[in-house]
Amino acid sequence: MTTATLSTFERSLGRLDVESTRTSADELGETLASVTLDPVVGAPLPFENYSLPDWIRTDPTPAELEQAKTGVTAAEMAVADYGSVVIRATPDATEQVSLFPDVHVAVVRAADVVPGMPEAFERLAEWTAEGDSAIVATGPSATADMGALVKGAHGPKEVHVVVVE
Amino acid sequence: MSSTRDEKAARIRHFLATEGDAVAEGTRGFNAGRYESVARLDDYEELKDRARAIKEDAIERLPELVDQLRESVEANGGTLYVADDADDANRYIREVAERKDAETLVKSKSMTTEELEVNDALQSDGVDVVETDLGEWVIQLADEAPSHIVAPAIHKSREGIADLFEATFDTEEPLETAEELTAFAREKLGERIAEADVGMTGANFIAADSGTLLLVTSEGNARKSAVVPDTHVAVAGVEKIVPSVTDFQPFVELIGRSGTGQDITSYISLLTPPVDSPTVEFDDPDVPMTAGGTERDGSSVPSRTSDREFHLVLVDNGRMAMREDEQLKETLYCIRCSACANSCGNFQSVGGHAFGGETYSGGIATGWETGIEGLDVAAEFNDLCTGCSRCVNACPVKIDIPWINTVVRDRINRGEGGRLDFLVEGLTPDAEPGGLDLGKRFFGNFSTVAKLGSATAPVSNWLAGTRPARRLLAETVGVDPRRELPAFRRETFRAWFERRGGSEVPQARARREAVVYPDLYTNHVQVERGKAAVKTLEALGVHVVVPDVPSSGRAPLSQGMVSTAEGHAHEVYAALAEHIDADRDVVVVEPSDLAMFRREYEKFLAPKSFERLDMHSYEVMEYVYGLLHAGAESTLLSAPDERDADERDADDAGVAYHSHCQQRTLGLESYTVAVLEDLGYDVVTSETECCGMAGSFGYKREYYELSMDVGEPIREQFEAADAADRAVVASGTSCLEQLDALLSRPTQHPVELVAPR
Ligand code: SF4
Repeated sequence: MTTATLSTFERSLGRLDVESTRTSADELGETLASVTLDPVVGAPLPFENYSLPDWIRTDPTPAELEQAKTGVTAAEMAVADYGSVVIRATPDATEQVSLFPDVHVAVVRAADVVPGMPEAFERLAEWTAEGDSAIVATGPSATADMGALVKGAHGPKEVHVVVVE
Repeated sequence: MSSTRDEKAARIRHFLATEGDAVAEGTRGFNAGRYESVARLDDYEELKDRARAIKEDAIERLPELVDQLRESVEANGGTLYVADDADDANRYIREVAERKDAETLVKSKSMTTEELEVNDALQSDGVDVVETDLGEWVIQLADEAPSHIVAPAIHKSREGIADLFEATFDTEEPLETAEELTAFAREKLGERIAEADVGMTGANFIAADSGTLLLVTSEGNARKSAVVPDTHVAVAGVEKIVPSVTDFQPFVELIGRSGTGQDITSYISLLTPPVDSPTVEFDDPDVPMTAGGTERDGSSVPSRTSDREFHLVLVDNGRMAMREDEQLKETLYCIRCSACANSCGNFQSVGGHAFGGETYSGGIATGWETGIEGLDVAAEFNDLCTGCSRCVNACPVKIDIPWINTVVRDRINRGEGGRLDFLVEGLTPDAEPGGLDLGKRFFGNFSTVAKLGSATAPVSNWLAGTRPARRLLAETVGVDPRRELPAFRRETFRAWFERRGGSEVPQARARREAVVYPDLYTNHVQVERGKAAVKTLEALGVHVVVPDVPSSGRAPLSQGMVSTAEGHAHEVYAALAEHIDADRDVVVVEPSDLAMFRREYEKFLAPKSFERLDMHSYEVMEYVYGLLHAGAESTLLSAPDERDADERDADDAGVAYHSHCQQRTLGLESYTVAVLEDLGYDVVTSETECCGMAGSFGYKREYYELSMDVGEPIREQFEAADAADRAVVASGTSCLEQLDALLSRPTQHPVELVAPR
């Protein structure tokens, strides 16, 4: 990932009206506190040197999932050209945590931002070859079926991307 | 015949009035979005080429890919079932539901399941089937059929949806805004997803190498349907398989842009089921979801992922036979993006309830419905494709949709089994079967009509204008009495050229030599534009010849008379070949004829012949542009200030230009604009895909109102304040006729505007 790729990613997010925040591993907890609304649920981050702060409930129950206002998950890849975050479906419910609450906060490592779809699909081919599933999510859930564009159809109304440098 | 025409007219009138406005707003928005979104791609053409190549290869190797996919799905722990037809697919799905004791099945949008009518099949077993895509849910509540392959409820207004919700649910608070309606639907459907036993989705693409499904969605309902219940049934046409996950990439970049004009939809799911996500047991709301987790009190819970079940149902239902049909095969490359519907003037006006069959709607529906349901279903709406070709460049897999529609029209003309009526055979000047509709035969043999018309003009024109004649024309061949008929000229374009003694530029002094092709309309009706073309070329130093060349075959082709059109192609080539050998360029005034030379003749001529004609033929303004850029002096052409200088003031440089649909598909609009601008004109171009006349289409009684409705946006644009005083020019004969009907000011071909006076 180059700085230019990261700036492209941020510009793409801007076009989608998705807010993004750069942070460091040390400040991740504080950053998350500032961009989440209670109650918060999360899925454990698959990154080596840091994890979610303790105040975020991982391993939620269906009731907690439904009541949560914010869901925090990792995005193990992001696509600069489109402002997409790629969420891997994991046994610890990353998919659900990113989908049910009104706000999805995606934690992305700067190194995992790829320039475009060709690079993204090279990696996705590796993931799926191992039997994995993933969602390329771009902006909030949306529908135009009710006569005008509305954000937040069955999924989140708002997405916030936290980039860890 | 007459009563079928009346019924057709009534049906179209009904949809124009009830659904037309909502469909027009939605589709035109998508279509405009498409232009903007694909313009943001640097490699749009290359992506389309790759998408096309992937599909060609996949359909070629389909049986082998099905086997490979079966191995992948089974290795992942799922099941693959190839269903021969709808009943077979439904039987399998019903058995899955029965084994799961399913009470509720939630579905995300899938046209293939519409094709199967699986909802009815399941409901007859007592399974409650709930559509979770908001648009599809609206359709389900209203008990209607989708009117668009991507936006099923595009024909419904916000007010209509609000009334429907109120009537169905007796809502306490009135629902008004789109936000309120969406929130209401989300809540209702959230409850149904929570209690569902089975989730059913479609699949836009399936990778044979890993068993991964690709789902293109925006709402998030497909994600929930696939992940909340423990059983996932995915249903897809067998043509959806591509070799590998990397092959998804061009489609992901193209599908949203082509369809709704979004660079990408919110969610592209790559599911390799059974997925690793835990199921969500809303019945046990306080038990953590994670696999093999523990309850908060410490007792262990069984794994929530290990008992997932996945069934992939691949539907044949005619597709494997389409694969063997050289003409219909291309239909299988279709990725159901809806661009062909959104870019279609007729579709924009009436929508998929008129322009569609049992399941599919829009341009490519003819291919799908012929392959899946049969010719009789396709015959009900096939005429609505006018062959304007505006969908051709829009299609991300480069399907020649109008060609498929023409071939199907030909098959319809010939009737099931191609039975010929030998009594009439041989009495008509075409190569078509005797059972052919009289109207089609009339319009298809317009060259004969035109020759007769000129030979007997002006009497033929007076006669044709009389009430008894108009009634006869209306009743026998279906010409709408509200249309002005083209007036045949006694002196044809060729006769004029001969009378003046040929070209005024001698060969010896000529910069180039060119044939001006005397197309049917230029020769018999729009004679002035032919004269203007000759004078313009001569002013630029070209020695012109106007030989006797047969008509292009466009008229019969548009009626689906393929073998007649093919005959014309050979004759035209034979007549032009020696001119090309003599290094003469072929200049064509009528864009629909040029499009024959450059597009359709590829199907009829030997490759080398096609290439030669294609290489050497030019649209007249394209040719003028080329001459000017090769150094010809433009001073002899008419620039704005010279035109009728006494009557006009400085603003008279204003031109409102409507290019021709097929001319734009060939990418030729810009030449006319450039020539006019170089001469000092100020040009506004129309934003409408097609004027609605589309050759003979708008003359037909049953389509007159539709044709006028399709032309309405041009009328609005050209009558708006910034265009109302501009001179109207248009390239095509039928566009000129249509603009004459729509506007109250004179129209002409651009070459008439620039020709020396
Ligand atoms: S034929 Fe082409 S444009 Fe039409 S829906 Fe299929 S892929 Fe899209």
